[in-house]
Parts: sequence; C-alpha cells; structure tokens
Amino acid sequence: MSRYEIWIAFATIVRREVRRYLRIWPQTLIPPVITIVLYFLIFGNLIGGRIGSMAGLPYIQFVAPGLIMMSVITNSYSNVVSSFYGSKFQRNIEELLVSPTPNIVILLGYVVGGMSRGLGIGAIVTFLSLYFADFSIHSLPVTIAIVLLTSMMFSIAGLLNAIFADSFDDISIVPTFILTPLTYLGGVFYSTELLSDFWANVALINPILYVVNTFRYGFSGVTDINIFWAFAMVLLSISLLFVVTLRQLQHGSRLRS
Amino acid sequence: MITVIENQPPALKITQLKKIYGDQFEALKGIDLTVEAGDFFALLGPNGAGKSTTIGIICSLVRKSAGTISVFGCDIDTDFSNAKRHIGVVPQEFNFNQFEAPIDILVNQAGYYGIGRRVALERAERYLKQLGLWERCSEASRTLSGGMKRRLMIARALIHEPKLLILDEPTAGVDIELRRSMWDFLCDINQRGTTIILTTHYLEEAESLCRNVAIIDRGVIVQNTSVKALIKQLSMETFVLDIRDGLTHAPVVDGYRIVHTDSHCLEVEVASGQSINPLFAALGGQAIEVLSMRNKTNRLEELFISMVEKKLPEVQT
Repeated sequence: MSRYEIWIAFATIVRREVRRYLRIWPQTLIPPVITIVLYFLIFGNLIGGRIGSMAGLPYIQFVAPGLIMMSVITNSYSNVVSSFYGSKFQRNIEELLVSPTPNIVILLGYVVGGMSRGLGIGAIVTFLSLYFADFSIHSLPVTIAIVLLTSMMFSIAGLLNAIFADSFDDISIVPTFILTPLTYLGGVFYSTELLSDFWANVALINPILYVVNTFRYGFSGVTDINIFWAFAMVLLSISLLFVVTLRQLQHGSRLRS
Repeated sequence: MITVIENQPPALKITQLKKIYGDQFEALKGIDLTVEAGDFFALLGPNGAGKSTTIGIICSLVRKSAGTISVFGCDIDTDFSNAKRHIGVVPQEFNFNQFEAPIDILVNQAGYYGIGRRVALERAERYLKQLGLWERCSEASRTLSGGMKRRLMIARALIHEPKLLILDEPTAGVDIELRRSMWDFLCDINQRGTTIILTTHYLEEAESLCRNVAIIDRGVIVQNTSVKALIKQLSMETFVLDIRDGLTHAPVVDGYRIVHTDSHCLEVEVASGQSINPLFAALGGQAIEVLSMRNKTNRLEELFISMVEKKLPEVQT
C-alpha cells in the first residue's frame, strides 16, 4: 500500500471508532461524566471539606487531577477493549484481517480511537471540575504529555486484553479486578506519604501511581515521585505493550487459527 | 459463455499446502490446485473436507503449516499486500457489524483497501443498487433479511473490485428465486473478467455455473478436472418418467432396468452413451404414454457421492 492508501485505512479505522462511541453516547459519554461529578461532589466537596489539606494542597485540588486521570484511563481502556472484542465476537474483525491494511495501522487506528474517547471524556471532566475547584497549571507540557501517553498506554492495554479475550467475562475481569483496584490504590485519593515505608514501596509497582502523580505535578507542582522516572516508566510500558500487541496481531493464534 | 483469460498468471496457484491443527489433526495433506484467470471454479467436498480451511489460508485468516499460495502471481507471504488486493471473499457466516448500515460497511471496507471516500461512495451505491439493497442502505444491517445480508457480503467483497472472488456457500439458506438472481449476477461479473471460486453444497449450482471443479475429501484433492469431463465419468443415470395411465407393475424393456415406484411413475436406469429412443419406442408399443421425464438426482451429485463414498470407512455395527 502507498503512504496515501495507508493513511486512508488509518483514517477509516479512527473514523469508524469515533462514530461507534458517538452512536452509543448514552452508554459511552454520559455515565463516566456522571460518575466523576459524583466523585467531585462526595470526595471533593462533602468529605474533602472535613479532610482539609493533602500534601500541602486543599483536598479538592489534590483529588481533582486524579479523578480526571481516572476517567481518561478507564475510558481509553474500555473503548478499545469493548470495540475490538465486539469485532471479534461478531467476526467483523475479519474485514480488516483480509484487507492489505498493515497490522501496525490496525493497532494505531484502534489506539487513536480509544485515545479520542479517553481524552474527550477527560476534557469534559476537566471542564466540569472547574465548577468544584480552582485550578492553576504548573507545567502545561508535562500535563499534556502525560495525559496523552497515559491514554495511549491504556488504549494499547485494552487492545491486548481484547485480543486475548475469549468471552465477555474476559473483557470485564481486567477492568474490575485489576484496573479499578490499581486506580484506587494509585494515589488518586491520598498521598503515599500517608503509607508506611513498606506499603509506600509496594505502591511503586503500580503504574497508575506514576501517571496520577505526574499529572498532579502538571497542575500543582506537587508529586510523591520523580516525574522523570515516571515518564521513563510510562514510555517503557508503552513500548512493551506496543511490541507484544503488534506481535499478537501479526502472529497470535487468537485472531488467526 | 465463460472464457479463460490467457497470458495471465493463474488466478490461484496452490502448491503442497498443508494445515495441521495442534499437533495431530492434519486438515490439509499437501494439496496442489491451479485456477486459471477468468475461470468459474467449484471447490466441492463434504463437511470437514478442508474447503473452508483452504479458503481461510488464501484469505490469511488461517495460518498454513506448509506450502505456497500465489494469487495472480503475487505470493501471499512475500507480496501479501498485492495478493490481498486481488482477493474478495464472501464467507459462509455473516461477519459484518450488525449495528452498522450497509453503506457504512461498504465504505469502511473500501477504506481498508486504501480507497478514498468519494470513490467508495460511488462504488457502494452502484453495488447496492445492482444487488437490490439501495433502499435499505442506511438502516442497521441487523434489520435486513437473510438473503439481503448475503447480498451485502457479496457487495462488500466486490467494493475494492478484486480480480478473484471467493464465495463460501454463497446461496446457503437462500430461496430459489433469489438464488437464481445471484447466479445471474455472478455469471455477469465472471463474464466481465472476474475469476470466481465457489464452494457449495448445491451441486446443481456447480454444474450450472462452473467450468472446472475440484473435489476435496479429508484434506486431499480427489478430483480436479472440468465439469464436462467429470460428468462423462458418470456410468449410469437414473431418469424418472411420469406416466399418464396407471400401471400396476413395471413394463419389461430389453436393455433397460425399470422400477415401478407408483402407478404413475417409473424409474429407468440408462447407461452412459446408451440411447433412450428405443426405450420410448418400446413404451409406446406397450401403449404407455410418457408425460414428462427428469433426472432423479443431479448428475454431479451422483458422481460426488460415489467418489466420496469410496473413501468413507465402513460403519462398525
């Protein structure tokens, strides 16, 4: 395929992905926004007012970046995992597999589709959070870079989950039993300074801790971890996920018997 | 009339193709097959013979264990992009997004082949109109009837204008009228140069449409010849005669075995090359008036059954 034809194939996948989640907007766009608004109301306003400050920030300002990032993570992941698995289930993934579209374009198309939903929801939640908290931006490049990379990382992870999934249970197990606990334990609601040394060290194996703290650093300059180390971890994770997922698309027995 | 296009590489050339599932089950045992450009080719075989596995490998949905495949001279391993461009496939089961509209399914499929939206929309309109789906082009495809869904898959397979169209049981579950219109459509695109390979259980379909045929059984090609040559192998045909006046027993005619099935119906076995004029003369002499005559079963079906039965193991009782 020529570069122009590859671009058309990529744009087709992205457009189809965007149209998919816009077509079912009551399922894809409204629930995450309602959920995050409830988080702001309960943890930010009602309980947050009694907590006072966390890591030197008013609690609502401490928790807001984590809540925004939480919506980016869950929506990037769930968009790709449900869309790709749905295509496997209905077997319309074969439309792509029989075509000359290179596997890397299939991967990037799904990932960019997932990122568009994750970042779109993130933008809506950020806009709504202005009603609950006063924001200032400490570092715009860090904020933008980490939200883009996080969305990319979890979109690829969602695709990998979908490739391996054999049932709808398989695409809900990871979000329910891995992603949600890691998000809650990833420093969204508290600083790791509150943990004992042992648990603070255990928390360092949680990738969500890095992205939430880096995102918070972008807003307020406050972080529990070194942001350069965080970026390195995120880039390493993206690279590993990218290679494994591409290999599965090319040679994996989950798509081609 | 179907014409084979000369001076072109074969539409499909399969050499020593093997597929082993897991460590044990050998679905394809080194098959060789060549389909010439412009041909209308039937791939026949009982369930589990290896037809769908072969098609799956050609379309890169199944990984081969050994062998080579080229499509119009393009190797599917080393020149996969061009090889895939030449192939359009209509699978046996519906495999499109049931929530998308037919027009979107076609335009997206064109996009995967690098065809721009404007050209894709023009082609989609043309094929949807030709296949009688244009009025429903914007409705969710899950609301289409079974026959419409099958035609949608044909339109989708043609949207990038492939030189080789592979149809896996294209008329399964389709009513007779629609089946005939699909045959006309397929003959038309074949006459305009598209090579067609079809698998089917309706052997009448293969006999009516196809020029050449391969029969595959348990992963081995057991016959690969023209339909005419295959029919010539038929040693005996059975004809059903409808009789005006009621008969109580089968008439006796030298040289023919006649079975009395009911008072108005006889079955006659006729050897290949044997004239049936003496039969009618003898029946006329016995004041038996024949109203109509037809083949008891499709001729190709008789051959197919005899070839596959030869290979079936005896059932232990």
